[in-house]
Amino acid sequence: MSMNTQGRPSAIPAGTADAVTGTYTGNRGLQIEEPLIFEQDSAGRCGVDLPDVPKVASRLGAVKPRAKVGLPGLAEPQVVRHYTRLSQKNYAIDSGFYPLGSCTMKHNPRLNEKMARLPGFSDVHPLQPVSTVQGALELMDQLAHWLKTLTGMAAVTLAPAAGAHGEMCGIMAIRSAHEAKGDSGRTKILVPESAHGTNPATAAACGYSVDAIPATADGRVDLEALKAKLGPDVAGLMLTNPNTCGLFERDIITIAEAVHAAGAYFYCDGANFNAIVGRVRPADLGIDVMHINLHKTFSTPHGGGGPGSGPVVFAESLAPFIPVPYVTHGANGFALVENAGGGQAFGRMKAFHGQMGMFVRALAYMLSHGADGLRQASGDAVLNANYVMARLEDVMTASFDGPCMHECLFDDRFLKGTGVTTLDMAKALIDEGFHPMTMYFPLVVHGALLIEPTETESKASLDQFVDALRALAERAKSGDAAYFQAAPRLTPRRRLDETAAARKPVLRWTPPVAAEALAAE
Amino acid sequence: MRYLPLTEADRQSMLAATRATSVDDLFRDVPEAARLAGPIGGLPSHMGELEVERLLGSMAAKNLPAGSVPSFLGAGAYRHHVPATVDHLVQRGEFLTAYTPYQPEVSQGTLQVLFEFQTQVALLTGMDVANASMYDGATSCAEAVMMANRVTRRKKAILSGGLHPHYRDVTTTDARFIGFEAVALPPAPRGGEDLLALVDDKTSCVVVQNPDLFGHVRDYTELAAACQAKGALLIVVVTEALSLGLLTPPGDMGADIVAAEGQSFGNALNFGGPYVGLFAVKDKYVRQMPGRLCGETVDADGRRGFVLTLSTREQHIRREKATSNICTNSGLCALAFSIHVSLLGEAGITQLAQLNHAKAVQLADKLAAVPGVELLNDGFFNEFTVKLPKPAAAVVEELAKRRILGGVPVSRLYPGEMDDLLLVAVTETNTDADMDAFAAALTEVLA
Repeated sequence: MSMNTQGRPSAIPAGTADAVTGTYTGNRGLQIEEPLIFEQDSAGRCGVDLPDVPKVASRLGAVKPRAKVGLPGLAEPQVVRHYTRLSQKNYAIDSGFYPLGSCTMKHNPRLNEKMARLPGFSDVHPLQPVSTVQGALELMDQLAHWLKTLTGMAAVTLAPAAGAHGEMCGIMAIRSAHEAKGDSGRTKILVPESAHGTNPATAAACGYSVDAIPATADGRVDLEALKAKLGPDVAGLMLTNPNTCGLFERDIITIAEAVHAAGAYFYCDGANFNAIVGRVRPADLGIDVMHINLHKTFSTPHGGGGPGSGPVVFAESLAPFIPVPYVTHGANGFALVENAGGGQAFGRMKAFHGQMGMFVRALAYMLSHGADGLRQASGDAVLNANYVMARLEDVMTASFDGPCMHECLFDDRFLKGTGVTTLDMAKALIDEGFHPMTMYFPLVVHGALLIEPTETESKASLDQFVDALRALAERAKSGDAAYFQAAPRLTPRRRLDETAAARKPVLRWTPPVAAEALAAE
Repeated sequence: MRYLPLTEADRQSMLAATRATSVDDLFRDVPEAARLAGPIGGLPSHMGELEVERLLGSMAAKNLPAGSVPSFLGAGAYRHHVPATVDHLVQRGEFLTAYTPYQPEVSQGTLQVLFEFQTQVALLTGMDVANASMYDGATSCAEAVMMANRVTRRKKAILSGGLHPHYRDVTTTDARFIGFEAVALPPAPRGGEDLLALVDDKTSCVVVQNPDLFGHVRDYTELAAACQAKGALLIVVVTEALSLGLLTPPGDMGADIVAAEGQSFGNALNFGGPYVGLFAVKDKYVRQMPGRLCGETVDADGRRGFVLTLSTREQHIRREKATSNICTNSGLCALAFSIHVSLLGEAGITQLAQLNHAKAVQLADKLAAVPGVELLNDGFFNEFTVKLPKPAAAVVEELAKRRILGGVPVSRLYPGEMDDLLLVAVTETNTDADMDAFAAALTEVLA
């Protein structure tokens, strides 16, 4: 029996029925077990055919060629089957409802994929002469125009690679602006308790201390507590709006005025921008700087964890403080400013010019919707969330009164005394064929269940989800905790032992020889 | 609107359930003064697929695709042949449209891919462990420096002059805002910098690139040992990951951290992004790593499975005490990397790397034979630097008019400096005819 480094069998011995599935292979019909790619090696086999290497003397200088890498050899059909089987163990938007709050799991149009793969976009080197990439710069300029128009802002940088990277960029701009005024006494960033974890992590990474603002009973920022904390030591406020409870911050204009009166800047985490696109422009709310997740609001695929893209828009007050590169209109068409030089640009966020592939997808999405479609989309997103909330509030406990924006928040009061936790409920939903909602976030309510349906779900899809969740809630209240605690039962894997994974981390495959040596130690 | 499934009848019945009078009424918490009454001005209305294709197609047509002409650009982004299988598999909706695998029971596909990716990166770099990817090579480099600061509790990084200027700038930008010192050496196109002399008891790390910006390949074994003797870490940056198929890997040289760009495997040029940052370390530093990590475990039935692990380092748990604020990384680009590396396997990666090197040797000889051109490198992998008798930027423009993308002028990356130097990269995609055309056109332009 082949054993991995932990002494666990990685294959079932021939002729033995698997204890879990009862089959001899461990497979269950379409659910096919797939070994690691390293366990399918056959020396010398290769999935590509390459031309012969010209016979020339190598010129590697003082460096020796390496003896071996240690990669497995597979032919193309094996590779195709490996990844196809793995893909079948994933839940995805394409396969079903994915109401992961704060993540905006909307449909990813395939037109966007097709556009991003046009050779004129995908097969262009970032350092080609600018005269040969005018269309790429035009696309960036167009995207910038859309983002500025939708937010009412004066400037935008497309450079950041993701939302958290955009936050970093925004906080750097705020610090640059204070420094330019010679104001070095601002050491604090205010962050509401309900914020995404990236907000305090970003502020702290940029050298600021983080001061938490409490929430009121209706799920908004406590305005009086905020005002009490504002002072000459505050560099800025980082606020998510709509907030992570799915609510619009009603006092936002007053908040902005208070922040500005204290000489600070107002950073808005735009992760939830999908709720308000075409309904209100962030600039009109007094926001100075905001990142936009193209992979949320503008439908670029999440890809199992990226790549994302996190452009940042700036009001006039912060517009000079953006990183390089940026596109300008020159005498001979578009130009690209790539070096900070003597200007006020504060530096560089990543290599080259940003996530171009994502820019193409996002612009394709915007053009497809148009100004009218974007407004309809945010309306439908908000309607879907309110509908789900209305249909669940008699069996579950909504944390706050509506209307909500694009997501609705429940807590675990409805599970009190049942022995069923938020986690159990989520796992039971998996067996019903749904991806769970976001759990245990935001932290401001107990056992949070945050549901974001998005506008690309049909009423039938919402009804099916709501019916399942209602039935599960009733079942939990009927005292059947064991059912929930054993869920999920029907997935490729059941609950995984995360504690063991963290206690003795196995983060890679190790060759069998090394494993034997390990055992012999 | 083709992406919106709600019908007007749906909307009305759903509104009734919510007890709101209209969709606009649901936005009543938005301050009235700021609420927009209708579609935002200054933007077009919705379009069908055909119109969008036409519009974006016309923009794409204004660019010169690198693959349509002989192309020799590198400097951190390389045009390699990506097998058709790669792009087909990454477009499977189960990979493309899944989120970060926070629910492992229904994400074993992505998780096993990440586990295999981490293993491939560890094998290629010769390191013990790797994470599940960073944004790109440059941010990976900056994160490596910050990790070295945490490990050594020191705050000064020494950056080699051979480091890609974008990597340097991302690191120095972070240094300024995050609060550490990054001493960047001037570029050394002919080599000969003494990094060790700058290492003192405040130095957290030395950052070198191999091959460096100018294409030089070096053995950093002695530097690694010398840095470590002084309590500093050696960070090796790799911008051309294919070089790891041929050269002694950084791990074998004693590197503590490897920060690399993985674009060469599976990912198109994409005008600079998205790419995939690789990040690999020695075992003892695992808990100081930034980014996501996938680990092996068992499920309730005792079967092998995978989960994201050691997340107590990460922002969603640690908030302001996290090792990094990174959240989304480069999942799908990592998948493309992984599929390409799987197709190549041991035999393919070796041959592909040899092929790149052999072609580069051939082109270096052809270009060095052009009157007035001097080759600066003794040793290189698939990229080298030539000194021209004329400003390289102007030469490159002239070559572009002849439909040849003839490399990256160093002055593009160092404005106003070294304007006679040209970086030239060669890959398996360049034919003998491409190389001859390049040499001939260069001869003509320089004449």
